[in-house]
Amino acid sequence: MSARGLYSRYARRYGGVVTMPTSAPALADVTASDSTLRRFLHGLPGVDAVGLEARAASLGTRSIKTTAKAYAIDLAISMVDLTTLEGADTPGKVRALGAKAAHPDPTDRTTPTTAAVCVYPDMVAVAKEAVAGSGVKVASVATAFPAGRAALDVKLADVHDAVAAGADEIDMVIDRGAFLAGKYLKVYDEIVAVKEACGASARLKVIFETGELSTYDNIRRASWLGMLAGADFIKTSTGKVAVNATPANTLLMLEAVRDFRAQTGVQVGVKPAGGIRTSKDAIKFLVLVNETAGEDWLDNHWFRFGASSLLNDLLMQRQKLATGRYSGPDYVTVD
Amino acid sequence: MSDKSETIERLSVFKTYKLYVGGKFPRSESGRVYEVTDSKGKWLANAPLSSRKDARDAVVAARKAFGGWSGATAYNRGQILYRIAEVLQGRRDQFVREVAEAEGLSKAKAAAQVDAAIDRWVWYAGWTDKIAQVVGGGNPVAGPFFNLSSPEPTGVVTVLAPQESSFLGLVSVIAPVIATGNTAIVIASEKSPLPALSLGEVLATSDLPGGVVNVLSGRTAEIAAPLAAHQDVNAIDLAGADEALAKELEIAAADNLKRVLRPQAVDNWSAAPGTERMTAFLETKTVWHPTGSLGASGSSY
Repeated sequence: MSARGLYSRYARRYGGVVTMPTSAPALADVTASDSTLRRFLHGLPGVDAVGLEARAASLGTRSIKTTAKAYAIDLAISMVDLTTLEGADTPGKVRALGAKAAHPDPTDRTTPTTAAVCVYPDMVAVAKEAVAGSGVKVASVATAFPAGRAALDVKLADVHDAVAAGADEIDMVIDRGAFLAGKYLKVYDEIVAVKEACGASARLKVIFETGELSTYDNIRRASWLGMLAGADFIKTSTGKVAVNATPANTLLMLEAVRDFRAQTGVQVGVKPAGGIRTSKDAIKFLVLVNETAGEDWLDNHWFRFGASSLLNDLLMQRQKLATGRYSGPDYVTVD
Repeated sequence: MSDKSETIERLSVFKTYKLYVGGKFPRSESGRVYEVTDSKGKWLANAPLSSRKDARDAVVAARKAFGGWSGATAYNRGQILYRIAEVLQGRRDQFVREVAEAEGLSKAKAAAQVDAAIDRWVWYAGWTDKIAQVVGGGNPVAGPFFNLSSPEPTGVVTVLAPQESSFLGLVSVIAPVIATGNTAIVIASEKSPLPALSLGEVLATSDLPGGVVNVLSGRTAEIAAPLAAHQDVNAIDLAGADEALAKELEIAAADNLKRVLRPQAVDNWSAAPGTERMTAFLETKTVWHPTGSLGASGSSY
């Protein structure tokens, strides 16, 4: 192979912005039928898995200290979707979570509030009351979360319930079975239907459950599929499977939202969820956001962390920066 | 050719001494090392120069190990402590050499120190399931209750190992802390940390769960300061601190009401230790258990 050929292959793999094979007007046609959609999604450039993981790992080595760290911690706290999604959730637990979202550190009122609390649909009313007046939003998972194995009208009823109860955001799961079987239009139609059910009041987050999609190529396809269908946010996972948010799959989704905005002018948010437990991890994700999607996404309107135990670690780190001594789990709430 | 010229001189294999944290052997997070010399100033090895982040990691490891270790039966803890003595016995020669180099002792004197240290593990192994009878018990009360007091481990204990007695002194402060179910972060003697770092290798192969003992080497004052102020450390043993440092650390430790064991002058670490070092890191839990009839059914305990 000539040197020139080598170079162009290198450029194709590692080039900053992956050029998509379509132009903006063509995007309108890709959802016309199952076959056009399939052709578009399979026409997306393949993901260089080794390169992706290496880039995610290298961006994770940045050292963020002192004032930058303080800024990153406050930003991360403001991006947390404080989540409780257990069968054992009680109204009392949801109220406690709401109080924590509104005042994450009662000993330090300068702590920002979290972005939202995330609960099951039947707890939305309780959560709404608990965070009233604090500016914290209420997100609700819906569409037969976490498996998504139910008929469309059942899923839509789930969404209507949550929206009627006052949810500001809906976290839906895609039908992974249909996606993996290649029925992309079915997945697309479902997202469109749920988006419609959300109405104008609720933002829609679409969960791909990246741990079940097997390949990076599938994650890229799912990201584009979700964005084409009108998702306001694309979200990695439910937190209920073995592999949840990783730096690599989040990086891939950040590239997708960046490219999508470059082509359509529409900005879409990203939410990694599950498995992010330490401040260090959270800051690594913020570096990914800044370096990939850019500063426009460094805001809780466009980037969120789906997490529960992460908040305590962020608060302990915040206390450390404020007092100069290491804090411990005795000084944050148990939840 | 003569036989002599065929003998190739063997390259020496130097040991990289590493920390022992959470059951693993990491280098210092800071990447720093410092030179350790014997009593005459001859270079022995480089030891990791721990930073406050190593200290923080050690606290996380110790806290994680606390539930399992304090929840293990006293009998099981005794077995493990005895196992440490067994494994140490097998590596006796290595420790005799290290102690002799570190403290400038003759081989016989160093051997006596190591033997005493091994015996010390056996002594504390016996105490694990007996201390409760000595410092706990049933209390007579004026009411229909069983009233029972039992000693409970305090939690995560930071131990500043004695500066002079690099091995016997070290064992004499670690063993009583973990015998009762605490987990420990040990700051090795600053001048002679090698026996302590080698002890980590023994602990790792003695069925002692990772994180129960964490060994850090480096500047005592540098590592001890963040540990004394750490809100997730429950107690501190200042055996290896001089007067000025001890005072400073005790002030920092007051912030979250840590138990503090002040340094006491010890001339001879081989003397019988008594139970004092164990009781220093125990808390007494008292429960009131109702006896007699309870309600109409007349049931009683």
